Amino acid sequence: MLRVEHVTRRFGGLVAVNDVSLTVAPGRITGLIGPNGAGKTTLFAVIAGFVAPSAGRVLLDDIDVTAEPPHRRAVRGIARTFQVVQPFAGLTVRENIAVGAHLRHRARAEALCRAEAIAAEVGLSAALDEPAAGLTVAGRKRLELARALATEPRLLLLDEVLAGLNPSEIRDMIPVVRGLRDRGITILMVEHVMQAVMALSEHIYVLAEGRLIAEGAPETVARDARVIEAYLGHGAAARLDRARAGHG
Amino acid sequence: MSRVAAYLPIAAVVALAAVVPLVVTSNTVINFLVFTLIVAVAAQGWNLLGGYGGQYSFGHAAFFGTGAYVTALLQTQAGWNPWATVLLGILAGAAVGAVIGFLSFRSGLRGSYFALITLAFAEVFRILANAAGITGGAAGVLIRLDVRPENFQFASRGTFFWVGLAVVAIGLVLTRAIERSRFGAHLVAVRENEDAARALGVDPLRVKLLAITLSAGLTAASGGLYAQYFLFLDAGIAYGAWISVEALVAPIIGGIGTVFGPLVGAVVLQGLGHLTGHLAGEIPGISLVVFGALLILAVAFAPDGATGMAGRLWRRWRRPATPTTTPTATGGERC
Ligand SMILES: Nc1ncnc2c1ncn2[C@@H]1O[C@H](COP(=O)(O)OP(=O)(O)OP(=O)(O)O)[C@@H](O)[C@H]1O
Ligand SMILES: [Mg+2]
Repeated sequence: MLRVEHVTRRFGGLVAVNDVSLTVAPGRITGLIGPNGAGKTTLFAVIAGFVAPSAGRVLLDDIDVTAEPPHRRAVRGIARTFQVVQPFAGLTVRENIAVGAHLRHRARAEALCRAEAIAAEVGLSAALDEPAAGLTVAGRKRLELARALATEPRLLLLDEVLAGLNPSEIRDMIPVVRGLRDRGITILMVEHVMQAVMALSEHIYVLAEGRLIAEGAPETVARDARVIEAYLGHGAAARLDRARAGHG
Repeated sequence: MSRVAAYLPIAAVVALAAVVPLVVTSNTVINFLVFTLIVAVAAQGWNLLGGYGGQYSFGHAAFFGTGAYVTALLQTQAGWNPWATVLLGILAGAAVGAVIGFLSFRSGLRGSYFALITLAFAEVFRILANAAGITGGAAGVLIRLDVRPENFQFASRGTFFWVGLAVVAIGLVLTRAIERSRFGAHLVAVRENEDAARALGVDPLRVKLLAITLSAGLTAASGGLYAQYFLFLDAGIAYGAWISVEALVAPIIGGIGTVFGPLVGAVVLQGLGHLTGHLAGEIPGISLVVFGALLILAVAFAPDGATGMAGRLWRRWRRPATPTTTPTATGGERC
C-alpha cells in the first residue's frame, strides 16, 4: 500500500533520515521503532507531505505522491497523528473531530454525527462538549486519534499515541488500535512502549541515526544484535550474551 | 442546532431594529444609526477573516475604499445606475481582497506580518487615490444630489436606514451560514492550528483566499453604502486608517468570531464615541481615545467581547431559576 523509496532528509548538515526504503503491507500493523532522534517523526512528516524529502520518493498504491501537499494526501487516505499533540484548542472535542469528518461529509450535521460516533469508538464520549484545551494528556492523545480516524483513512500513521499514558490507559488503547486494523485500516505506528509495539505489530522496522538497521517479525527484531546496540549502546549485545551465558 | 434556532435570533433582531425609524423621528439620531450600520457592515466583513479565520487585517480600508470609489466613480464618470455600481463596487472590493490575499497568504505571511502588509496596501491606495486625477485627487468626488429611490437617494433618512439594515441582515445571515458550513469549520480550524488542519485535508490557502474575498466584498459593500449616503468621498475617508480601525475594534469589543459581535461592537463604539463627543466637546481625536480605552478594557476583562460577557451574565442570572437547561451548542442533534 505504502512504499518509501530511498528517502533522505537533511536539516542543514544533519541527516535526519538517510536513504530509507520500506513498504507497508495493506491491512496490517507495521511498527517503526528506534531511539530518540532516530528520524521516525521526520519520516512520518515526509510520508504525510509535511516535509519534502531531500531525495527519494513516496508511493501510495504505486502512485508517486512525493510532490503532493498534505491535504491532497489526506484526500487519498493518509492520516497522521502528531507526536506533539496539535488540538484545535479553542474548539470542543466534537468540533475538533468534525473537522476531520468534513473531509468525506460536506453537511455540518452529518460531520457532527460522525464525530459523536468516533468519539465513542476512542472513549471520548464524556468529553464531547468540553473544550479541547481542557483535556488530559490521555484525552489529547485520544483526540489526535479520533480526528485522524474521522477522515476515514486507509493508511493511518500513529506517532507515539501511547506516550505519556499510564499502564492502564495503555491497556485500554491497545484493543482500540487492533480494532482499527480489524476494520481494514492499514497502520504504521511509531512507538516507544515496547510491549505494546511488539504485541500489535506484525512487521517492524528499526531506525537509528536516520538509517534503517533492521526489519522483520517482532521476535526477530527484538533479538537482533544491532537493535540492542542501538538502544542500549555499543557492546550491549555482547554484554547481554555474556550475562545470559553466565546465568545459563 | 436546528435551522430555525440558528436564524431566529437574526430575524428577531432585524425585525426589532426595523421598527426604529417608525418610532424615532430625530434626523440626528437616524443619521447616527445609519453611520453605525455602515460601520457594522465593514466590521462584519473584518470579522469573517479576522474573527473566524484568525487573520487580523489592519487595512480593511483597502476594501472599503475600493467599494466606495468604484461605486462613486462609475456613477459620476460613467453615468451608471448607483444600484448597479454598488454591486460592482462589491465585486471590485472582493477582487482586491483576493489579490491581496493571494500575494500575502501564498508567501506564508501570518500574524503581525499579515497585519502590516494589509496596512501597507491600504496606505498605498490612499496615496494613489489622493494623487490620481480620476478620483478627484485631494478635492474628492461629489455625487450629485438627485433624490429618487432608483438613484439610491431617498426623501427620508429612515429609508436609507432600512437599506443599511438590509445589508447588515445579509451580513448576519452570511456569517451564520458560514458558521454552519464545512467552509466555516475549515476556516476556524485554520485559525486554531494550520498544521492540524492540513493533516485533516484542509487546504489553508484556499480557505483563507475564500475568506478574504468574502470579507473584502462585505466591507466594500459598506464603502458603497457610505458613498451613497454621504455623497462625498476623498482619499482620507475612503482609504483612511479610521475605517480599518473601526472595522477591527468593533468585533473585538462586541465579540470576535461571533455572528452579532460586529453589530453590537459598532453600536457600543459609536454610542460611546457620540456620548463622549457630547460630554467632552469636539476635542480632536477623542473618539480614538475612547476606542483605545474600550479595546484595553475588552482585552483585559472580556476577551469574548460584549456578547460573550452578556452571555455569561445571563447564564449566571438564570442559573438559580433553571439549573440544568443550558443546551450544548451543537448537541441534541439526532444522529
Ligand atoms: N525541523 C527540523 N529542523 C532541524 N532539525 C530537525 C528538524 N526536525 C527534526 N530535526 C532533527 O532530526 C533528527 C530526527 O528527529 P525526529 O524528530 O525525526 O526523531 P524521532 O525518531 O522522531 O525522535 P523521538 O523518538 O525523540 O520522537 C533529530 O536530531 C532532530 O533534532
Ligand atoms: Mg518522534
